[in-house]
Amino acid sequence: MNDPKGRREFLQLLGLGGVVFASGLAGACSKILRKSAGPEDDFFFVQLSDTHWGFKGPPNPEAANTLRQAVQAVNALPIQPDFVVFTGDLTHTTDDDAERRKRMREFKAIVADLKTPVRRYMPGEHDASLDQGKAFEEQFGATRYSFDHKGIHFAVIDNVSDPQAALGDKQLDWLHADLKPLPAEAPIVVFTHRPLFDLAPQWDWATKDGSKAIDLLQQWKNVTVFYGHIHQEHHFRTGAIAHHAARSLIFPLPAPLSQPKRAPVPWDPMHPRRGLGFREIGVDESRLVLTLKEDSLEGAPTAQPAAAIGSF
Amino acid sequence: MRDALWMMLAVTLAAAAALAQDKVIAVTAERFKFTPAVIELKLGEPVVLELTTLDRKHGFQIPDLKIDESIEPGKVTRLRIVPDKAGTFPFHCDVFCGSGHEEMAGEIVVKP
Ligand SMILES: [Cu+2]
Repeated sequence: MNDPKGRREFLQLLGLGGVVFASGLAGACSKILRKSAGPEDDFFFVQLSDTHWGFKGPPNPEAANTLRQAVQAVNALPIQPDFVVFTGDLTHTTDDDAERRKRMREFKAIVADLKTPVRRYMPGEHDASLDQGKAFEEQFGATRYSFDHKGIHFAVIDNVSDPQAALGDKQLDWLHADLKPLPAEAPIVVFTHRPLFDLAPQWDWATKDGSKAIDLLQQWKNVTVFYGHIHQEHHFRTGAIAHHAARSLIFPLPAPLSQPKRAPVPWDPMHPRRGLGFREIGVDESRLVLTLKEDSLEGAPTAQPAAAIGSF
Repeated sequence: MRDALWMMLAVTLAAAAALAQDKVIAVTAERFKFTPAVIELKLGEPVVLELTTLDRKHGFQIPDLKIDESIEPGKVTRLRIVPDKAGTFPFHCDVFCGSGHEEMAGEIVVKP
């Protein structure tokens, strides 16, 4: 963990915005990353985000199929990830509590086809803001939690169950208590839905008390945050902390404040699924070098036709 | 203590007097729009926005002016604004209110 070479590489990567794009075919990176299956070896996990199951509309005429297609694309990776994490907005919002639960059940049934048995979930505002996370908790469990995996501490934090996008002092206290036992050099990965920093408050691309979380996380030297919400790839640093937003699996959104309205990027029939994709995150032996690879759904083979949904 | 009380009272009265003279603009919030969506103000002319909701709780946030208010059912949220610079200042609802919430926005246009 204190290997100076690994640490230097890590800093070099961060100097580039914390991103390395492996060239070549989808999955090439995972092949390089995982030489054998020992617990001390490198490993990788996959981030899927903003699947918005239940969405209907012109921004994605294939919406009934895109989630299945993503599942098939992950299953087609030459090596399967250690786990798959969904960073929120699993479902598209609805005013109807029964319909919300139905969408969550359908979502679960579709992702049950992932070959990777380990899945981590967290809500987005579409899943949780209208009922303060009640349906999500019933269907998926806690909205904030932490776990350890092969020497990395992972913390999932919830900035959506409060409809005003705050973490709240109670949760911040919990996060502090959760991280407190860790040494300052410990590798920490945070998953959340909204950006913790003020990316574009005008577009709700911020967390009201996110700066409190950042101040807290700043006490550790190797923190990386993965989030969703903004439906596009984005990389940013606050001090030593790297923040990476993932693409969505429903429709892309325009670059922050690049146009007056935060309207979806229109579907392009010439380039179906352009801007939709998921991310592979490789972790090296030192646990300090994270390698990000973006996989696109554009050009992916069309998914199997939707199975009868009514039977859930 | 007694002095402090007098001071507070004086400040309150001054505020009330200011409010009484200011032009009042009623703004309603409902899923998923504000009416009016474009609020035109004149530079240096104070106004009071009276924010009410027709359905559920909404928010009224103007990030550029560091204004962040809630609009609760059955209540009037009064917001005094003294426009001290010309320009366009977008506002939006920052209380997630359903499918369409993302479109619930407008702008304050301050004319010189
Ligand atoms: Cu609203």
